[in-house]
Amino acid sequence: MFIRDLLKESFSAIFINKARSGLTILGIVVGIGSVVALVSIGQGTKVSIEESIQSIGSNLLTVYPGMQRGAGVQVSAGRGSAQTLTQEDAEAIAEISFVKAVSPEISRRYQVTAKGTNTNTSVVGVTPFYLQVKNLEIESGAFISEQNIKKLSKVAVLGPTTRDDLFGEDSNPLGQKIRINKIDFTVVGITKSKGGTGFQSQDDIIFIPLSTAQRYLSGSEYVSSISVEIQDEKFMSDAETAITNLLLERHNISDPQLADFSIMNQADVLETMTSVSNTMTIFLGAIAGISLLVGGIGIMNMMLTTVTERTREIGLRKALGAKSREINVQFLTESIFLTLIGGIIGVIFGWIVSLGINKFANITTSVSTESIILAVGVSALVGIVFGYYPARRAARLNPIEALRYE
Amino acid sequence: MIECRDITKIYKTGSVETKVLKGISFLVEKGEFVAIMGPSGTGKSTLMNILGCLDTPTAGQYFFEGKDISKFSDNELADIRKKKIGFVFQSFNLLARTTVLKNVMLPLIINNVPFKEREKIAKDALKSVGINEEHFYHLSNQLSGGQMQRVAIARALVNNPPLILADEPTGNLDSKTGEIVLNIFHKLNRDGRTIILITHEKYIAEQAKRIIFIRDGKIIEDTLSHLSKEAKYVKE
Repeated sequence: MFIRDLLKESFSAIFINKARSGLTILGIVVGIGSVVALVSIGQGTKVSIEESIQSIGSNLLTVYPGMQRGAGVQVSAGRGSAQTLTQEDAEAIAEISFVKAVSPEISRRYQVTAKGTNTNTSVVGVTPFYLQVKNLEIESGAFISEQNIKKLSKVAVLGPTTRDDLFGEDSNPLGQKIRINKIDFTVVGITKSKGGTGFQSQDDIIFIPLSTAQRYLSGSEYVSSISVEIQDEKFMSDAETAITNLLLERHNISDPQLADFSIMNQADVLETMTSVSNTMTIFLGAIAGISLLVGGIGIMNMMLTTVTERTREIGLRKALGAKSREINVQFLTESIFLTLIGGIIGVIFGWIVSLGINKFANITTSVSTESIILAVGVSALVGIVFGYYPARRAARLNPIEALRYE
Repeated sequence: MIECRDITKIYKTGSVETKVLKGISFLVEKGEFVAIMGPSGTGKSTLMNILGCLDTPTAGQYFFEGKDISKFSDNELADIRKKKIGFVFQSFNLLARTTVLKNVMLPLIINNVPFKEREKIAKDALKSVGINEEHFYHLSNQLSGGQMQRVAIARALVNNPPLILADEPTGNLDSKTGEIVLNIFHKLNRDGRTIILITHEKYIAEQAKRIIFIRDGKIIEDTLSHLSKEAKYVKE
């Protein structure tokens, strides 16, 4: 048979049973569509993690207070919750030669109110260096200044999302009052949007002077993290060693195993988060893969029915001189046709769903060319895998018995 | 054209062996019109399947145009069916929900005949069996039995095979339409085609020039034994 005949006949065979073919294709559409949509969520998360880490900068080390491990006993406490780091530690770190800037921070979530509105957001006590270390820019007004720190000023700088939540979109709240933990703060600045959603949003945030936070909010000298900007990426490991030694000495700890702090490198963070999002992508893809499997079983079911229904036709074709291989190819083409149509519609469907998720659920999604090619390829593969057995059954029919089949 | 030499066919069902054909030998020359006759269950259909290259004999030789094809592979047999044999079945075996023309073009598609030539060949074949052009685009299941069988004959003709094998071609038809169909076979035979017709009805077998009677897997009578071929010419 010519390829053109093969395609024509497969197409008309599919078209004769519109309802049955349609439902079978629908199974593949749902399967491929959910693979595309769910994988796009995983991919989108990965992209947004990478973007937000890139925007923070890759020459950044973060020191967190950690649990002190006693001999044999593990005191279980989450990173950042222990109180071991102080502002003096930060000042000492700033003296190390590779270090460009140091930003001690104290961060906690509070319910924040303005006139008639309120939001729950993280309030971060910072020094002026924060701006430099975290690559942040000011859109209007000013950032926390050295003066503010010294005077324990009750001033606040809002992230754009927080500004929108408290004062409405694109408003100018400079000079207005907000209330954090029953204390009034004056808004003195708004930061520029950094984009990125999800993990540690840099837009939904309020900055206040570190000293003010320590005095009025946390009531202690401790800080919840110290961000350290290193002069160059190539000094990262040297700087890490230097900071570790310095802090061990300052905290009077001789065994590094017992350190009461931990140092996170952006590369480590990137690696951890990427592996988390990869696991998520695989997990979501696997769930979607199950529906694709069900769709494939639908294909096999339909093809087996078709082969049984067309037993006499197969017998006739063989009597007219069609070879077993040609019958095999014909039925395989039919099932690949079904799954390819399903695959293409599924990609479009999945894409639309992923755009919908992006728009309405506010989760970053990303449909890559690779995932489209992969999805279409997988759908064709499903056709081959689940069409193989029915096609082989058709090809192996004995023409004499097939012609007599009622 | 074809020759059978001591063909036997044994079917095995588990350990039980059923001998369906017990040494069949005969020769059919090009241009003959032969009826193979016998009551049902005597091995007619089995013989027909072997003659039509749909099955191979257990023992014995089957020569088709001088070649022994009793040991041919499935693919080689398929090639002979495609190019050399036209089948006509009792139950027509037309594709339902498919137009008359497409039914007749099916062997051309299987035989890789170029697109442009197909339609003309199929239409000519249909006209030659008396199907009017108005029926070409009807669906095959909208036709009467006689028309269906004529379409089936047209389908058997399109690849221009030297041998036409008809298995009870009038079995599903009334006597009047059966006669029309038989007349078509006569016409094809006059045009030089070899025709082998299988039937269990005597009046149909008598239409042929030669009758081979089969009973219990053996030939019990051949109205034209090739040993006495000369004698027949003398009689005429």
